[in-house]
Amino acid sequence: MEFAHTQSIAVNDVPALPARDLRREILSRVAAGWRVLALCALPGQDGPTLAAVCGRDRDGRLSFHRSVPVARYESLTPECPQCHWFERELHEKSGIVPEGHPWLKPVRFAARCCGIRPEPGVTDYFRIHGEEIHEVAVGPVHAGIIEPGHFRFQCFGENVFHLEISLGYQHRGIEAMLAGAPDARTPHLMETAAGDTSIGHALAHAAVMEALTGQAAPPRGRAIGRVALELERLANHTGDIGALAGDVGYLPTMSYCGRIRGDFLNMTAILCGNRFGRGLVRPGGTRHDLDTGMLRVLAGRLEAARRAAFGAAQLLFSASTVLARFEGTGRLCADAARDLGLVGPPARACGLARDARRSFPLLGADAKDIPLSLHDFGDVYARALVRRLEMEASLDFVDAALAALPAGPAFAPLPAGLPPGRLAVGIVEGWRGEIRHLAVTGPDGRFLAYKLYDPSFMNWFGLAVALRGQQVSDFPLCNKSFNLSYCGHDL
Amino acid sequence: MHAYLHLALALVLAPLIPGIVNRVKARVAGRAGKPVLQTYFDLAKLVRKGVVTSTTASWAIFAGPVASLAAVGCALLLVPGPATSAPVSFAGDFMFLAYLLGLSRLALILSALDTGSSFEGMGASREAVFSALAEPVLFLCFLSLAADGTGLSLDSLLAVSDAKPLGAAHLFVPAILFVLLLVENCRIPVDDPNTHLELTMIHEVMVLDHSGPDMAAVVYGASLKLWLFCALTVLSVMPRTGLSPVAAWGVFLAGMALAAVAVGLVESAMARLRLTRVPRLLGGAGALVALSLVLSVWR
Repeated sequence: MEFAHTQSIAVNDVPALPARDLRREILSRVAAGWRVLALCALPGQDGPTLAAVCGRDRDGRLSFHRSVPVARYESLTPECPQCHWFERELHEKSGIVPEGHPWLKPVRFAARCCGIRPEPGVTDYFRIHGEEIHEVAVGPVHAGIIEPGHFRFQCFGENVFHLEISLGYQHRGIEAMLAGAPDARTPHLMETAAGDTSIGHALAHAAVMEALTGQAAPPRGRAIGRVALELERLANHTGDIGALAGDVGYLPTMSYCGRIRGDFLNMTAILCGNRFGRGLVRPGGTRHDLDTGMLRVLAGRLEAARRAAFGAAQLLFSASTVLARFEGTGRLCADAARDLGLVGPPARACGLARDARRSFPLLGADAKDIPLSLHDFGDVYARALVRRLEMEASLDFVDAALAALPAGPAFAPLPAGLPPGRLAVGIVEGWRGEIRHLAVTGPDGRFLAYKLYDPSFMNWFGLAVALRGQQVSDFPLCNKSFNLSYCGHDL
Repeated sequence: MHAYLHLALALVLAPLIPGIVNRVKARVAGRAGKPVLQTYFDLAKLVRKGVVTSTTASWAIFAGPVASLAAVGCALLLVPGPATSAPVSFAGDFMFLAYLLGLSRLALILSALDTGSSFEGMGASREAVFSALAEPVLFLCFLSLAADGTGLSLDSLLAVSDAKPLGAAHLFVPAILFVLLLVENCRIPVDDPNTHLELTMIHEVMVLDHSGPDMAAVVYGASLKLWLFCALTVLSVMPRTGLSPVAAWGVFLAGMALAAVAVGLVESAMARLRLTRVPRLLGGAGALVALSLVLSVWR
């Protein structure tokens, strides 16, 4: 059943299809240019059922499909590779078997229905045999202060034939904790689903709640929330550009960006007192308002940070030694990116016009007020450049939004209690890409199931594919150009 | 002045060179930077620490750093001072110098392989490849300095005096010696001494499993090697005629500091090369120095 992305639908209005028909429906939609936004198992009285959400970028339409209770079905992955990670996750979580899935391993080593949790990272790894093949294992403990993840390279000399990424070390069961919500814990769980995307996940949750209750946030609250989202993007893109510079040993940009990232975080702290925006966005608007004094301070700091950030980026993009490292490294072609369902800057760096701010704008937001930043080389250079272009677009947007902040309250509480038996989807373009939240309410008006998809969930496999045929010494650079979240994936 | 003065100064002052490099890098990046004496503090700390080794390692992991340090120390015996000749000097000693450096590297490579880690094997293979490519360039440098026929010992090769004026050989050789300094000492653009990314490292990944006094030997050996290459670079251009010994030492030490600053500036101004491009850098350096050899012989 099709619906607009800002609406909710009654689950029972959607016919329960046999698994074969559901499969055909999804494949025909994907062939017609839709994307699979979610494929998961929903709890049902007679066992788990399959549920799928597809989306169309052109007009922001969504479609929801569900199946009768199934134990096994024919896997979609061989014909539709973007289902790869979804099917592994749904198998791990519900036990439903996608038959014929080429790579059916756990994605986060979650405990299946109150069983004992398998040890993360212990699985059959893909191996290449041969006299001169060697295997390099990195992690889960890394040399830098980063999150845990395990990487296995099958190398021939310095060349990588295959990289396998095994995650799950950060799994903490957020989705399980959200069943029976919303309650007082819910906003905090959202803000820490991926700690560097607090605003993004909080906004996606707010979008879900607004769609379920049918009441949008007041315009002023919406505008402040979007400003915070762009500030989050600015801080992280600046940090990424600095980290990319650091990875190739280009010190000036690395050092400058480290400081400028802090400047952007401090601007978020002006909004709400927390540098990562915790406690700002809630369903129904923002908990903090801006006065004219704050606006003046913000405008001044934005101008200074804009000059500093573009100066640092200019240094980086005009250094020939840096460009020699960036260009042609970790290239993904547009077809591969489309097949894998990549989102965010890695997809836009391949020329795919995917930006939820334009395709699925929040209630009360204009789809055209932030330009789309695209490039088509698909390599580290393109991913860095797309970030640099997005910074410019975000700065322009924040300037304009703060200059014309709508009057009125920033917060209007949503009606208490959710309608029973409904489904809603919240889509927000976080700095890493498209964040998707999907909620289904039970008969008691509480969440029967709540699914979160951080953009990392879609993009980790893209990183593995981008590294094929590359030099093993270029892995850190490729990895940084994707800069994916471990905890956002592991939930 | 005493022939051993240069050796004594090198042993004492060598850890200053990385300190100066780091300070320059920090200043260019707008940071205060760590103390210039940090390498001394690190050495003092490492010497007091215990040693942790992998269960797969044998005695070779302990022998490597010591043998490597000893070989670099011996190589320093062959390098003349600005106002004195070297303690050990004979015709063709430049080959002995090159192979003492090779021996030092071999010792480290063996102790890296001894740990059985795939990282260290990877680093060892990179180090072996790049140094094998750097060696002929070093020999070409010495050959073009020797082309005027004044002698085949480092003493006469590196002397710029009335008997051996600045000539065609000096067109490129000091610059190429500086490039070799960057390559052999694992500086940017070939390696990044500050990176924490083990997959991109060359030298640092070889010594990941070393700790305590062994690591101190590695760090100290690396500073001595850096000093040695700086000294070769400075001595190959420094004229000595008409300088009193004290003035010569002053000019020499200023030149050493200048070389360290130059390394810091190079590291601040450029990114690392892709690993597969490093042979091209060395090939280009070899071509230039071959040109200067041809020019010196043609004359």
